[in-house]
Amino acid sequence: MATDTGPEAARRTPLYDLHVARGGRMVDFAGYALPVQYGGIIAEHEQTRDRASLFDVSHMGQARIVGARAAEALESLVPGDIAGLGAGRMRYTQLTGDEGGIRDDLMVTRLAGNALAIVVNAARKDDDFAYLGAALADRGCALEIEEDKALLAFQGPKAASVLETEIPGTDGLAFLQGDLFHWRGTPLWISRSGYTGEDGFEISVPAGHATALAETLLADDGVALAGLGARDSLRLEAGLCLYGHDIDLTTTPVEAGLTWSIGKRRRAEGGFVGADTILDHLRNGTRRRRIGLRLKDRTPAREGAEICDAAGAPVGRVTSGGFGPTVGAPVAMGYVAIGHAAPGTPLTLTVRGRALPARAACLPFIAPGYRR
Amino acid sequence: MPTTYYSEDHEWLRVDGDTGTVGITDHAQEQLGDVVFVELPEIGRTVLKGDDMAVVESVKAASEIYAPAGGEVVETNGALEDNPAAVNEDAEGDGWFVRLKLADPAELEDLMDAEAYAAFVSSQS
Repeated sequence: MATDTGPEAARRTPLYDLHVARGGRMVDFAGYALPVQYGGIIAEHEQTRDRASLFDVSHMGQARIVGARAAEALESLVPGDIAGLGAGRMRYTQLTGDEGGIRDDLMVTRLAGNALAIVVNAARKDDDFAYLGAALADRGCALEIEEDKALLAFQGPKAASVLETEIPGTDGLAFLQGDLFHWRGTPLWISRSGYTGEDGFEISVPAGHATALAETLLADDGVALAGLGARDSLRLEAGLCLYGHDIDLTTTPVEAGLTWSIGKRRRAEGGFVGADTILDHLRNGTRRRRIGLRLKDRTPAREGAEICDAAGAPVGRVTSGGFGPTVGAPVAMGYVAIGHAAPGTPLTLTVRGRALPARAACLPFIAPGYRR
Repeated sequence: MPTTYYSEDHEWLRVDGDTGTVGITDHAQEQLGDVVFVELPEIGRTVLKGDDMAVVESVKAASEIYAPAGGEVVETNGALEDNPAAVNEDAEGDGWFVRLKLADPAELEDLMDAEAYAAFVSSQS
């Protein structure tokens, strides 16, 4: 997760001083100095599942797409149904490549009028913005990068009541709905969304107001900061993909089990980058599939571990893995040959030369707390 | 009176007669974060100084533990199976990993004492 270069050389988010003051152990993540943990990953993970946690995700790329035909322009680059989004509604989709692989995954929100807001991965944002800027310009739209905004993820079953007290009306948002609110005169775009498997919100806040907002939310006894370590274990238990690990240019959305995110109309009409391959995968199936893996014993299997069938023949590889604090056992995700993907299929994961017994499992590993 | 030695790989070795107890230092557990599993060697296995002897799995990553001195594994800390967090809570006590019957006392000579180890840790940060 963290790279070997120290956090000293990395860019700072607007919350950097708050992280350091509150004991964050700073690492370089995608070129940003961010806290991997404050007290401990397991405590921060459980805090998020049981109460509420605040995560700094300001490293992610925020931008707007403006133009009379913004939705149609973006639809030529993603398989998601964007034109069908109502105002204030958001959706998960992928920027696809020519061969049907995934350039990045992103959230898209329809703003008032025709404009769209997008949030992309930190490690991909420079590439994404260059690609989108050119591709959208060809389609008569403009990409406006929001450099001056922080992004807070406020996640957990207590987040809604704490946020409602501070910013009335926010608890009225449905899952994957966003709206403009004002807090002490500052405009905030708040959506009911996140990447932890819990109910929660993502708050786009002008950089200069981010620390004050974070400190206000943290003043509640039920709220604590959480770092990248807990963010990773939470999203793994929630069965959510991490770009560059579980999905990349070599995996199609169908292989990755993201078929649910491809709009019905888009399946019928195509018309997006990589559609030939992706529609073929939808019609004819794929040779491999991303699955969940539950391990029988206590040794975690990490990214890169080989997956073998019951007879010991290699059938795939782990793409994310570790200990699931809420599950209370090691869990992993990976790709296997399609004949081994059915939940319950006995498999082994090779760790330090040993074959650890495991079974293919349904995702997510936990019951999500999303408010439907 | 046991004497405690420290390695540059952040293990401690408490020597009492010809037996040495091995664990990771408090500094090491703090760096690793929450320990979720410890893979211990089989009793009776002979390790050479510097061999991988155990693996500590934290939430984040797996870390090899090297034998600070050679010898035969005569006991392992089975309590870690149910409570790996003991490594975080009491790294230099209840969180011990293995007991070795030491092969060669001369191998202790290039290990550090507590004071030298503390200086080593602060020189690294």
